[in-house]
Amino acid sequence: MPQTVFAPWEDPDEKPLIRFQNVTKKFGDFTAIQSIDLDIYTREFFALLGPSGCGKTTLMRMLAGFETPTTGKILLGGEDIAATPPNKRPVNMMFQSYALFPHLSVWENVAFGLKREGREKDEIATRVADMMRLTRLDKFARRKPHQLSGGQRQRVALARSLAKAPKLLLLDEPLGALDKKLREETQFELMDIQEKTGTTFVIVTHDQEEAMTVASRVAVMDEGQLVQVATPDRIYEYPNSVYVADFIGDVNIIEGAASQSGDKVLVTWAEGASPLVATSTAMLTKDQHCYLAIRPEKITITAEEPETTNKVHGEIIDIGYLGNISTYHVKLPTGHMVKAQSTNTRRLSRRNFTWEDKVWLSWSDTAAVLLER
Amino acid sequence: MRRMSGFNIVSLTFGLAFLYLPMVVLVIYSFNASKLVTVWAGFSTQWYGELIRNEAFLDAALVTLKVGLISSTIATVLGTMAAWILVRSGRFLGRTLFSGMIYAPLVMPEVITGLSLLLLFIGIDLDRGVLTIVLAHTTFSMCYVSVVVSSRLASFDTSLEEAALDLGCTPWQSFRLVTLPIIAPAVISGWLLAFTLSLDDLVIASFAAGPSSTTLPMKIFSAVRLGVSPEINALSTIMIGIVATGVILFSLMSKRATIRQQQEERDAARSEA
Repeated sequence: MPQTVFAPWEDPDEKPLIRFQNVTKKFGDFTAIQSIDLDIYTREFFALLGPSGCGKTTLMRMLAGFETPTTGKILLGGEDIAATPPNKRPVNMMFQSYALFPHLSVWENVAFGLKREGREKDEIATRVADMMRLTRLDKFARRKPHQLSGGQRQRVALARSLAKAPKLLLLDEPLGALDKKLREETQFELMDIQEKTGTTFVIVTHDQEEAMTVASRVAVMDEGQLVQVATPDRIYEYPNSVYVADFIGDVNIIEGAASQSGDKVLVTWAEGASPLVATSTAMLTKDQHCYLAIRPEKITITAEEPETTNKVHGEIIDIGYLGNISTYHVKLPTGHMVKAQSTNTRRLSRRNFTWEDKVWLSWSDTAAVLLER
Repeated sequence: MRRMSGFNIVSLTFGLAFLYLPMVVLVIYSFNASKLVTVWAGFSTQWYGELIRNEAFLDAALVTLKVGLISSTIATVLGTMAAWILVRSGRFLGRTLFSGMIYAPLVMPEVITGLSLLLLFIGIDLDRGVLTIVLAHTTFSMCYVSVVVSSRLASFDTSLEEAALDLGCTPWQSFRLVTLPIIAPAVISGWLLAFTLSLDDLVIASFAAGPSSTTLPMKIFSAVRLGVSPEINALSTIMIGIVATGVILFSLMSKRATIRQQQEERDAARSEA
């Protein structure tokens, strides 16, 4: 039986759980969100990614009900929720500061939302116990928040926001306060919990690695607008702009002028250098200004001149050794600085290249992406 | 223990002497056997006995206590509400005016506050008695409460209230179940401050009081005008004792709570490692 890939955004019949319709949010003269249209589907793990001040938090707070759009509509399951106050929405939020109630025990924190719903005592106890097991907090039920470590607090916040079984869970920089190692473990835990509970997650983060790891789709934001919304691999391999390419991962950007000839485009980028080849579906006009984006790991370093069309010659200026990979900064005679990465399959003592070596950099015709802006 | 320099010892001695010498003299003379305040005639507790039998003083003490409890409770409720509005409602029409008016009584001379209250009570034809003293004390102590509570509210993490709303609380529930328990220490200090101010007050009470209602400070003041009696010394010693006990208990309790909290936080940090 072929396994179906989870991609509801490609199915035209699928109804979105959340729909932003031309939503704009202004604070006085400042426009935080500029006419956004966005669909998020049930069971998605959706990431809003961008630098601070790009509007991602405002977008999330509008879903929680703490802000109302200035114009436009937000639909949840087909219904406009603009007038619904936060306490009436089937949406829960995990706060960046965790916002655990300091005067209540872990158990009472998790039970807080259930008690407000006026559920039976037994039912609350069962549900809280389930949540504690899910987040591995069983042992800490009677502790107060200040008696917990950062990682444990984070799990209490998650358990509390999941307890009411919301249709939509919002996570505001949920792992920002944890150290790197714990953060990576917790990312996988989050994905696991999201799958187990089947809840739709929307996560706000400025950490591109985090967004790439956990999300089914990523929305890259800048200055109150969505720049690109796509799956992590598409965002990485086919960024739609220099902004996205540069924000996600490492990239070399070479400016040049295009000459369209079929789907292969020749890019003239420096005087006296042979043009570079890249594939592009966008129809570029002749001599149109464009940017060639190429990821460092797609560039091969060799001592001898390779047999490919895309090749440049230069000198190694700097080597960044990261253990598993090394990044070489290569200076071209034209003044361009190009980063290339290679995996360190061999021991360091037998490394091929060192400082001031003259090397050839090459890449295939399909490795680079051509961007118009 | 670190040795103190000569200069520090001198400053400490002078500081403490200025603060406590008058009180020490008062306490010593309260145990004087002589009726004459300035002549020491041996140790005796007779004036404490006399004090208990003096009904005028007991009545005054009762009025003071009643006024203190009622006015500080009303002032705490009103002051907390005022603080809430000032810190949380953002900008509204007349906010600056409102906050200015809340804090103005702090710097207003008591005589003026007292006089204006007196004029008001006469104007609306309110008989002066316990009720008018309660009203007057509420008026001037609620701004102290609102200062104490609003400084706590200003440092309050608003995401706690948002979390409460998010989990299904109405705004009132979120205040009652989350905000109030967390700011409770500040509210209690506000209440204590208001209570102390009310016990302490002479000037405003003199304006607002009627013939049938005399507070303890008024009684002491009028008694002293006829000459300092050892009974007054005894009464003052009791008051000093009560206040000192209260302050020491309060600070011991808060110190223990802090130590326990720090210990628990250390344990939590260790459990992670």
